[in-house]
Amino acid sequence: MVNTGDVSRNTVNCSNLIYKYMRPEHLPQIWCPGCGNGIIMRDVAQAIENLGLSRNKTVIVSGIGCSSRAAGYLDFSTIHTTHGRAIAFATGIKLARPELEVIVVAGDGDISAIGGNHLIHAARRNIGLTVVVMNNNIYGMTGGQYSPTTPHGDKGTTAPYGNLDRSFDIAGLAFGAGASYAARGDCYHVQQTIGLIQDGIRHKGFSIIDVYSLCPTYYGRKNKKGNAVDMMTWQKDNCIMTEQYQKLPPEKREGKVEIGLIHEVQQPEFTYMYDKMIEQLAKEREENE
Amino acid sequence: MGKIVLMQGNEACVEGALAAGMRLFAGYPITPSTEIAEVSSVRLPSLGGKFIQMEDEIASIACAIGASVAGVKAMTATSGPGFSLKQENLGYACLAEIPLVLVDVQRSGPSTGMPTSPSQGDVMMARWGTHGDHPIIAISPSTVTECYGLAIRCFNLSEKYRTPVIFLMDEIVGHLREGMELPDPEDIKIVNRPTVQYPDAKRLPYHMKKNQLVPEMAPMGCGQRYNITGLIHDETGFPTNSNEEADRLMHRLMHKISDNYDDIVQVQQINMEDADTAIFCYGGTLRPAISAMEEARAKGIKCGIFRPITIWPFPERELAEAAKKLKKIVVAEHNYGQLVLEVERVTKGCCELDFIGKVNGTVLTPGEILSKIEEVKK
Repeated sequence: MVNTGDVSRNTVNCSNLIYKYMRPEHLPQIWCPGCGNGIIMRDVAQAIENLGLSRNKTVIVSGIGCSSRAAGYLDFSTIHTTHGRAIAFATGIKLARPELEVIVVAGDGDISAIGGNHLIHAARRNIGLTVVVMNNNIYGMTGGQYSPTTPHGDKGTTAPYGNLDRSFDIAGLAFGAGASYAARGDCYHVQQTIGLIQDGIRHKGFSIIDVYSLCPTYYGRKNKKGNAVDMMTWQKDNCIMTEQYQKLPPEKREGKVEIGLIHEVQQPEFTYMYDKMIEQLAKEREENE
Repeated sequence: MGKIVLMQGNEACVEGALAAGMRLFAGYPITPSTEIAEVSSVRLPSLGGKFIQMEDEIASIACAIGASVAGVKAMTATSGPGFSLKQENLGYACLAEIPLVLVDVQRSGPSTGMPTSPSQGDVMMARWGTHGDHPIIAISPSTVTECYGLAIRCFNLSEKYRTPVIFLMDEIVGHLREGMELPDPEDIKIVNRPTVQYPDAKRLPYHMKKNQLVPEMAPMGCGQRYNITGLIHDETGFPTNSNEEADRLMHRLMHKISDNYDDIVQVQQINMEDADTAIFCYGGTLRPAISAMEEARAKGIKCGIFRPITIWPFPERELAEAAKKLKKIVVAEHNYGQLVLEVERVTKGCCELDFIGKVNGTVLTPGEILSKIEEVKK
């Protein structure tokens, strides 16, 4: 598979994106200074702009947590659902109206802890949803408890002596569960991440873009990662595009994060197959009559 | 006259739902409601609708809510343990005002209990299962014909009042097979949610127009870019921390049901004109109650039956009226005493109140109910 970190795409001035795709009356957003979620929300808007999607035919679905606030800021049909269940709600919307572009914005706890079951089964089903994960390695909204993506040994308010759990690689998890498009992005490599989200939306079938966010307030502070600039610099130095990453010898991969397209394969999308089945049944009925 | 068919309660529930316009069913296998999923999976695709077996009970109700938001009439069905799991999203549908039918074919509990023996142990969960104050409508069928007709009524009420409606069946009715007359489609009254005439108009998804029961509902993706949330919200559909707005929303939600009591509440009263003794029963206990009443009448006891068809809101006005003429009420239900608490609250000691319940996995017999009727309190 060819990596899609295409940095040559034109981008629109951010303020234009705000007026075109966001609800200025609900801004400024509530995220802490230095939070990566705003960058990721902007990436989603830019990807939509680049693809020329209709605002009226695009639905944004979110769960609960810091990430879920994105649904309120984005000027589309938006639904802020229950914790972990965004994908299940989105499945109903997509089944009812397959012509809609359905984008799920979720957090790491939201999508891989309480909502983990929905994630793996939507991936298995290959239903045409695009899931953008704002992965900040912590439960931010509730004050910094460790999440399934908190690295082993790191601290949270409920892991005062270090996290004993091993952490999830969300893109890898979705790939393993059958996602036909899985990618990983971060907040520093904005152009690449926009490209990955764009390709994920364009992909017919289940797609997931696990985007590493920044949480200087809780994850950063608890783990002495410095301020937002330090955390961003860490991403700059350690998030490596997949082509370069693959060339690294194993010992040099230690502590690095591979970003870019992890997996893409073309397979029939669920609602497409469903509509075909309905058509086929109607045809058979006609022939029998 | 319509076609006479032999049907099972669960099957009739699906046929009624289809007649009401259900075009999406999301479910998860659980006995004794499984036939509802199975029949839906056969019937829906051939009508252009969709059946989906989700990964769990929570996902099933979430999926049904999603479809309803997008403008498709949706249903999910389950039994006891699954009903527990669905409670959080049931509350979401109450607050966000999403029409939906949730079928609970009650089985013996608690926990995994005694699958799949008869029970009516979920009556209070239907009322209070989801957290927080909320309005709810629950309807209980007693015959296969009612499984069909009341399923339609569940959809109609959910659409009219933009609220989830619980179709509170039980194992007895769900697995009962009997003959029924299918109504002529032209005789079936269908209610659809009020929709927005001008989707591009100002986005106030929870704005109440004058003389309207509920806000108009635009299908998601129709062009009106509104927001839905499970947070307390104002008419814009966005969250608010205003105490006044919270008060206004909760008041409206509770009152849209309580103010329309007469439209929502239905009861069945049998031989109550001259009765001084009544059996209070619902769902699958109606049949042994009818036999017990007939035997009591043969013995010279003026016995009647008071049966709520609508369980929630509880038919307190009808019961209070009926109780005035009664000396004794025997409440018969398959639990340790749930609706009997409501009966006690409403009758306020105006007549003798007795209770017979059974939770050992088998059904109440006419003889057991009759002995309660005949029992003289010392």
